[in-house]
Amino acid sequence: MSELLNISGVDMIFPTPKGDFTALTDINLKISKGEFVSLIGHSGCGKSTVLNIVAGLHQATIGGVILNGKEVSEPGPERAVVFQNHSLLPWLSAYENVELAVKQVFGKSKSKADTKDWIEHNLRLVHMDHAMHKRPDELSGGMKQRVGIARALAMQPEILLMDEPFGALDALTRSHMQDSLMEIQNELNNTVIMITHDVDEAVLLSDRIVMMTNGPAATIGEILEINLERPRDRISLASDVEYTKLRQAVLTFLYEKQRKVEPINSIKKSSDVVHNSKNEAA
Amino acid sequence: MKAATSLTTKLNMTGMSPKMSGLIAGSLQNLVIPLAGIVFFLAFWSVAASNINTSLGKFPGPNAVWTQLNSLYVEHNEERTKEQAFYERQKKRNAERVAQDPDYVPKIRSYTGKETFLDQIVTSLLTVMSGFLLAAVIAIPLGIAIGLSKTLNTAFNPVIQIFKPVSPLAWLPLVTMVVSALYATPDPVIPKSFLNSMITVTLCCLWPMVINTSVGVASINSDLVNVSRVLRLPALKHIQKIVLPASIPMIFTGMRTSLGIAWMVLIAAEMLAQNPGLGKFVWDEFQNGSSDSLGRIMAAVVVIGAIGFFLDRSMLQIQKFVSWDKTSASR
Repeated sequence: MSELLNISGVDMIFPTPKGDFTALTDINLKISKGEFVSLIGHSGCGKSTVLNIVAGLHQATIGGVILNGKEVSEPGPERAVVFQNHSLLPWLSAYENVELAVKQVFGKSKSKADTKDWIEHNLRLVHMDHAMHKRPDELSGGMKQRVGIARALAMQPEILLMDEPFGALDALTRSHMQDSLMEIQNELNNTVIMITHDVDEAVLLSDRIVMMTNGPAATIGEILEINLERPRDRISLASDVEYTKLRQAVLTFLYEKQRKVEPINSIKKSSDVVHNSKNEAA
Repeated sequence: MKAATSLTTKLNMTGMSPKMSGLIAGSLQNLVIPLAGIVFFLAFWSVAASNINTSLGKFPGPNAVWTQLNSLYVEHNEERTKEQAFYERQKKRNAERVAQDPDYVPKIRSYTGKETFLDQIVTSLLTVMSGFLLAAVIAIPLGIAIGLSKTLNTAFNPVIQIFKPVSPLAWLPLVTMVVSALYATPDPVIPKSFLNSMITVTLCCLWPMVINTSVGVASINSDLVNVSRVLRLPALKHIQKIVLPASIPMIFTGMRTSLGIAWMVLIAAEMLAQNPGLGKFVWDEFQNGSSDSLGRIMAAVVVIGAIGFFLDRSMLQIQKFVSWDKTSASR
């Protein structure tokens, strides 16, 4: 497979009043066309920063990102982003949200009828054709995220960037969304970088899992190849030996090698919260 | 509240359906209680008024104000009939002159009668509207620019912060002088006094609108801005599709605040500068010092309040019409 994206020697340093803060250091990653790569790591390790640098929303301090032989310097629709909290424009219907993207990306190269077909096609792909003309506030969290994915897909990106796309959803909705995403991948075979903190999600969806060390100065710790056969089925995988092994490998990395020590304060706080809720219940 | 609920329980006992009694409770809250408040206020007012003696007689109570409102309306009608009669006389006279001497070019003189209370209301409303619109035309684009650009914000902020607390009345003498210097036509289409009041209104509307618009624009959810960046929306489309819809509630908050201030300031400016309008009416009545004066001033006060309320409601209706978020207008 040909190399599509090259993240090369990326360092990210944020200037703060207390001096420079090194968030990322020496990130190197090559991604081939059609590959599904997950970035996993504890919160605050800079996963989102990596994604934002690829998206062009942030500029790397050192190093850079090369897409198709060209350096990335600004955001663009060929690197469509699915944001964690859907980011639909609340004053536009699902259809109009996708339409804004389609009109901007394809402009006059698509006829009116083609534009309409393309918008409806993408909404059908994420199973949102029944609620096309509803506004985001009339949709559930999962449905909003589906529209967000449709909007990104409709841009026909070379690489799809997903920033914890299902992080804000409940477990059941999340599994539905993962199944939908696998179904779409089966059809379109997009190149995807997805950020997640869900081990099962990473193993189920990815071709490779990139595990990041804890910040500050986070970098890539290990890369795990997932050679499970596709299409994958979550129920049969649950008892699969290979799946269990891979899952264990990620868990070992996260909870033994990169164990995050919570400061005493936050533990105390969370116990306070439990205490309070007990009081309220009584 | 307590009275209302106890009433509904009583109504319930008389065997009404819960829905019906709920409806009654609703209308109690929305209609009966505010009405009771007004009745209580009127009673307090008339008792207090009858106990205040001024050199111009008793302080006007609700009755006196009502009488004055009626007589102001009657005077307005009389003035209109006089005006009509004047123009008819003029027309007749001119026709006679032309009949005697066919070369005569008739002169048409406009009527110069006293402006009535209703005329003054119209003048004040026109002034506040045009000043407000002029301010909106300047302030909203400026606010958007300041909200979008940190550099512009840093540049303009000190200026805005210094001029914001200045009473627009302090500007009034300067405005008057500048207008007479720059607008020096012998036969002005728009009266200078109108321009003076209008610019004063504009000056006081400007700041709340600029500040609210810029804050609204600057506080747009950064995810939405990122969407626009990923799509590479051009600047104008970004403003049209993202910035304006997102900041409409804040823009309207600014517009409502400034319209409220503008209406208050305009009355004061008209009193101070003797520019035609409700403020001049109040001042003239005060100078007049007849036994009716206080009643007329009080009538003007009530009308000024009612118009202020009406202006605010109208803005709310416009906001409801324009905004995508229908609940934002009820806040």
